[in-house]
Amino acid sequence: MDELPIQSGDDVVRVRQRVRVVAADSGLSLVDQTKVVTAASELARNALVHGGGGLARIEVVKSGNGKSGVRIGFSDEGPGIADLDLALTDGWTSGDGLGLGLSGARRLVDEFELTSKVGGGTSVVVVKWSR
Amino acid sequence: MDVDSSQGRMAAFMRDHQEKVVGRWCELVVAGVRGRLSAVEVRRELEDLYSLVVRAMSGADEQALGELRAELAELSRSRARNGFTPSETALGVFALKDAVYELVADAADLVPEYLAFSRMIDDLGLRTVETYAAAREEIIADQAVSMLELSTPVVRLWQGIIAVPLVGTLDSARTQLVMEKLLETLVATGADHAVLDITGVPTVDTEVAQHLLKTVNAARLLGAECTISGIRPQVAHTIVSLGIEFGDIATKATLADALAHALSRAGLKVGPA
Amino acid sequence: MERVPIVKIGRTLFVSIQIDLQDESVLRLQEDLADELVRTGANGVIIDITAVEIVDSFIGRMLTMIGSISRLFDAETVLVGMRPAVAITLTELGLSLRGVRTALNAEKGLELLNGRS
Repeated sequence: MDELPIQSGDDVVRVRQRVRVVAADSGLSLVDQTKVVTAASELARNALVHGGGGLARIEVVKSGNGKSGVRIGFSDEGPGIADLDLALTDGWTSGDGLGLGLSGARRLVDEFELTSKVGGGTSVVVVKWSR
Repeated sequence: MDVDSSQGRMAAFMRDHQEKVVGRWCELVVAGVRGRLSAVEVRRELEDLYSLVVRAMSGADEQALGELRAELAELSRSRARNGFTPSETALGVFALKDAVYELVADAADLVPEYLAFSRMIDDLGLRTVETYAAAREEIIADQAVSMLELSTPVVRLWQGIIAVPLVGTLDSARTQLVMEKLLETLVATGADHAVLDITGVPTVDTEVAQHLLKTVNAARLLGAECTISGIRPQVAHTIVSLGIEFGDIATKATLADALAHALSRAGLKVGPA
Repeated sequence: MERVPIVKIGRTLFVSIQIDLQDESVLRLQEDLADELVRTGANGVIIDITAVEIVDSFIGRMLTMIGSISRLFDAETVLVGMRPAVAITLTELGLSLRGVRTALNAEKGLELLNGRS
């Protein structure tokens, strides 16, 4: 498991690059790699911009039927999210999405777990499986 | 499953009578194979397995059991690919018990060890059934992917104009594949117009419409304009009642209309020679 | 911080993004482009993202913004060379980048720009 700090814009780039390598090693297709790296970019940026900085944990995982995947956890000690439902509102339209960090990232991955408490930080764990 | 170390004597017995036991085992298995494998192939397979069984039973070699299981798994997969039923493969494994018993029946002191040996073979035989099931599932999954690929052609209608005839339900899995193939073809051909023909799509509900919109969106990001064709009267009714809006995406009743539209957008006209 | 070079050819500004862009670099690019548009009076911008592997919502919004800013200076922007995997991901994210024109490559992007004038 890799643990990467998220304290600057350069760190976000490093997280992207690391996730890309791990995703490729897990046998994800090019499109799936792009999706999970993009999701990681969204979530890392969230941790930096809204969470005041945080940590990314990247690891390879294996499912019950032998498939490989990549799991990434993002955590920050920021102000937390007050209205989780609102933050996750799924609104795909043909218009330009604004601030769709969370709901957009969720659509790009297979598993998505969000925990947040006002004043208690935020944690997001995502998993993308190879097909 | 642990190998009982008191199987040492059984192992020695089997080693001493290898030729005879393997020969008999071979006979029994070949009878069940019914010509799908040659006696030579069977003999080779069984000799390898036999050595591993003996090694595993003698308890001295820790890796032997692991190797034995791996080799049986490979055998099971290979049989599955060659159309054998799981029972046939398992019975082949169980046949070793018969081959051994025929010799052991006269040696009363080996009977207790025979029981432990018998259990071990039962376990191995059952494992081949499990491996078989897993192998078949893999084959089915591969076939599903092939079918999906085959049912998503992208054709070139004219210079700069490609068409994607969609047949069957447009679910998210298919939409992903359609988008990938469409975009790859756009890059490969440099086309700037794509016609998505939905004549073969049985129902168009809000979900299908969303998938179509996504596909159009993706194509646009690569600079290509899309036209949706093949809207049948019943489908038109559903689309309007559901309040689905295609916005600025051109929609045509037939592929021919869509082609004419694409040609005129490319500044071309079809006329008499 | 990496600065993306801007090249002027005729009345068009060419920007080719070659590296994994950090947020600050994208913001810097916006500023530099605005400066160049004013300085040169160019009426077209081609942003080549053939080498870009990831476009997330932030970068997507920045690209749309570049389009809007350029329009303020009476210049049209065309985004070219988007990779299929990126287009599919952006679509899944819900971004259509309506604020910018798109083309398959720089050549077609130029045709688009010239067709408009």
